[in-house]
Amino acid sequence: MNLIRYQAPELASNRWSTLRDELDSFFELPFWSSFPRAGQLFTGWSPALDLYQNTDNIVAVVELPGMRKEDIEISLHDGTLTIGGEQKREGRGNDKAERTERYVGTFRRSITLPTRVDASKVNAAYRDGILTVTLPKAEEVRPKQIQVS
Amino acid sequence: MNTLTRENRDADRAQVDQFIAPPASVIEAGEGYTLELEMPGVTKDGLDISVENNELTVVGQRSLPTVQGTLIHHESRSNNFRRTFELDPSIDADKISAKIEQGLVTLTLPKAEHVKPRKISVS
Repeated sequence: MNLIRYQAPELASNRWSTLRDELDSFFELPFWSSFPRAGQLFTGWSPALDLYQNTDNIVAVVELPGMRKEDIEISLHDGTLTIGGEQKREGRGNDKAERTERYVGTFRRSITLPTRVDASKVNAAYRDGILTVTLPKAEEVRPKQIQVS
Repeated sequence: MNTLTRENRDADRAQVDQFIAPPASVIEAGEGYTLELEMPGVTKDGLDISVENNELTVVGQRSLPTVQGTLIHHESRSNNFRRTFELDPSIDADKISAKIEQGLVTLTLPKAEHVKPRKISVS
């Protein structure tokens, strides 16, 4: 008597998910895991940035989830605001990454500001993973009220 | 099955459009799994985590800062977050814990006692 391995009939939809898992597991091979994330290998990470303008300020709002305040760098040079830093990976040596969609590593993001700002009065706040940088406009570009005498 | 958290992409297809699926990372350590989800703009109050029929759902309602002025450059999406995972049978669903720090949700999913590796001593 032979023992034959029982093979369950496969549904078409199961095949697709098997294929997807196989593709996923290909990118989870040790070779790929030495990179932060295969898909971001060439693009890096570019956090979403919004820019607002009101009478007194330019305000930049950047999505930077899960960072430490100390790891965020903000600089202003020649009318260009640059936000950079490092997304560090927590964990111990034996941990195994099953899925890595979060970006790990350094990043840098620049944007040209529409008006001149007063670099000495820039203020930044980091809350709930959102960085808000308030850049007061330079005195000479602020709208002025001229009194009629 | 070697992934703890198989994603249920087809569940609630109709609802998917209203939500953004947040980027997630899953790390396996000996005693369980750690699941991280990026949800900038979500506070503790806006976070809703539930397990039903072995399916883990994480929903994050965002409370974004309101800025006075005109939006002159726009990249962000203001949608709320939602993502569903199928729990591996080895996970003890009653012992899942979660925290949120700077928009990063960290879930700790311990394995059930009976699946943890153990040494059997020979007497």
